[in-house]
Amino acid sequence: MNVQPDLLQHLELERMPEALAGHDVPWVRLARESAFGRFAARGFPTRRDEEWKYTDVTALGRRASLAPDHIPPDPSSEAALHAWTLTNEGMHLMVFVNGHYDADLSTIDGLPDGVRLTSLAQALDEAQDLPRPFFDVRNEHTIFASLNTAFATDGAMLQLAPGTVLDAPVYLLFIASGHGVAVYPRNIVVAGEGARATMVEHYLGMVDAHNFTNAITQISLGAGAVIEHCKLLQEGSAASHIAGIHADLMAGSSFVSHSFALGARMGRNDITARLLERDCRCTLNGLYLLDGRQHMDHHTRIDHLAPDGVSREQYRGVMDGESHGVFNGKLVVHPGADGTDAHQSSRNLLLSRQAEVDTKPQLEIFADNVKCTHGATVGQLDENHLFYLRSRGIDAESARSLLIYGFANDIVARVSAPNLRGRIEQLVLERLPHGESIKELL
Amino acid sequence: MLTVKNLHVAIDGKEILRGIDLNVRAGEVHAIMGPNGSGKSTLAQVLAGREGYRVTAGTARYLGRNLLAMTPEQRAREGVFLAFQYPVEIPGVSNALFLKTSLNAVRKQHGLPELDAMDFLALVRDRMKRVGMDEVLLSRAVNEGFSGGEKKRNEILQLTVLEPKLAILDETDSGLDIDALKQVADGVNAMRNARRAIVLVTHYQRLLNYIVPDHVHVLSQGRIAKSGGAGLAFELEQHGYGWVEAGNEASRVA
Repeated sequence: MNVQPDLLQHLELERMPEALAGHDVPWVRLARESAFGRFAARGFPTRRDEEWKYTDVTALGRRASLAPDHIPPDPSSEAALHAWTLTNEGMHLMVFVNGHYDADLSTIDGLPDGVRLTSLAQALDEAQDLPRPFFDVRNEHTIFASLNTAFATDGAMLQLAPGTVLDAPVYLLFIASGHGVAVYPRNIVVAGEGARATMVEHYLGMVDAHNFTNAITQISLGAGAVIEHCKLLQEGSAASHIAGIHADLMAGSSFVSHSFALGARMGRNDITARLLERDCRCTLNGLYLLDGRQHMDHHTRIDHLAPDGVSREQYRGVMDGESHGVFNGKLVVHPGADGTDAHQSSRNLLLSRQAEVDTKPQLEIFADNVKCTHGATVGQLDENHLFYLRSRGIDAESARSLLIYGFANDIVARVSAPNLRGRIEQLVLERLPHGESIKELL
Repeated sequence: MLTVKNLHVAIDGKEILRGIDLNVRAGEVHAIMGPNGSGKSTLAQVLAGREGYRVTAGTARYLGRNLLAMTPEQRAREGVFLAFQYPVEIPGVSNALFLKTSLNAVRKQHGLPELDAMDFLALVRDRMKRVGMDEVLLSRAVNEGFSGGEKKRNEILQLTVLEPKLAILDETDSGLDIDALKQVADGVNAMRNARRAIVLVTHYQRLLNYIVPDHVHVLSQGRIAKSGGAGLAFELEQHGYGWVEAGNEASRVA
């Protein structure tokens, strides 16, 4: 029991603002109460918990307000917000300001027949039962998922009828603006048989405040569906961010996840995929760029539960300053998942003596005829690479930034939508040493 | 252009070069031949500025300056170019970005403005055609997934784009089939002029059929054991390196 009594007091469910999604829906209320009970009974994990060995969340309640009070956005960020939304051609943009959907800032047009994209609040108000199974206890992967169910503020609900193809990416922009912001976004994607879509979750902190985000995204892929998911973490420098992205895959479906972690004081992503039927394909890509005292933890888990599944995982980190990166990649090949083909790789660059990374592959194999490989590296830039660039007239410092850019860009290049890839490349360059001069040459 | 005197170089305490003397003038093509382990690649690397080697004695002057005191990037900007025996793969950095960064660094040194995107593309396309390289390789990561031949052509492409004063080609012929060898040789021959010097480091005489050198030096155990004209390469081809090495032993005993 690690929940401080004062924290529980703050998080009285009865005090919850009416603004929470589905406030009037009876089953939602029951689900919230039951989830809150589970959270109150267990509380935050401690570092004695193997899954939280490197990431200390016990101080969260002291550092930030966790109550999802409705905080108005900081006026200083208004202009930036509007400027941002002007650049969204070729995407369906949904903007959430301090947890709540803002229809005025959003642009959703020309959705094909069979595709529905609404806020979760709207979906629940329309008395849909579709989101209901996603709030079931069996779909809670961590204690933070219980907390999210208890306080889910709002989020996006994307439904794709069988065979529908959404060409333009769905872009979910979560803005944290102001002080004492605590948001619990909940996103749900239901892709019917053979449906295809690309979606982005971008978390953008407008101020350097002790804000808190606890997000859950659940994705259900019908047979043969293809979903590419891209997460961009760009929270403020004092913010804490904890999130889960969980995908369930039916026969022959394909799930691609990209996670770009560029900003937050403390961040944790739990990304899981269950390959429930045969011939599924799962690709997890990740890139974390850290400096200062940033802490970023990625825990991934792929469960191969049926034969002939393929999974590919490629995570990379660049750590500078006194930052700390964590990668834990778990792969479980369950009995009967014969013919599984899995590969995992984790590569890390340490740019300073004080930077640190903990990387751990975890393979558990209970099936026959499987091909599972993994590799992890931690190191500095390669002297041979540096010499090659310098021997072409490029000074040592520029050569170093070019190599770091290349190391990072190798992950960015895996994003398939060109407009999205270009945008992410720009964001990554803004975070790299001498990124500006590389930008000019591209 | 390049004057090397009594150059001694050691790595990890082991002496690899044991007194090299070499004088290369503008307009000349020199071939440096020798068996494996004779020190010819070490000589190429040291001239380009690779760290990790220790110069224990001797000097190398380039255009009147102390070459050994310059950083690798200074040497490159002043016109020294090394075509690598094993070109390095750089994932995530496109060939175009690499070439442009490099060319702009060299141009800046000579007070020239940076090339804009259009002029750069026009220049590179022309040079790619010259060395027989597929244009798609421009947008691919540097040398990543390139065949052995494509990597060597990529080195020669950089040579033709950067237009150095002193080009050192380290085993550029190894791993090339006969057609690729001819094309690479054509690329190099087109670069020959009165203001440029070329040093070919090679194990085999084969390349010298296509790029005819003015001078041939045979390296053995870290020293130049024999120097001569283009004909020396043919003699070597007939007699093998044992012929020179035996002579080298004899001269040392004497």
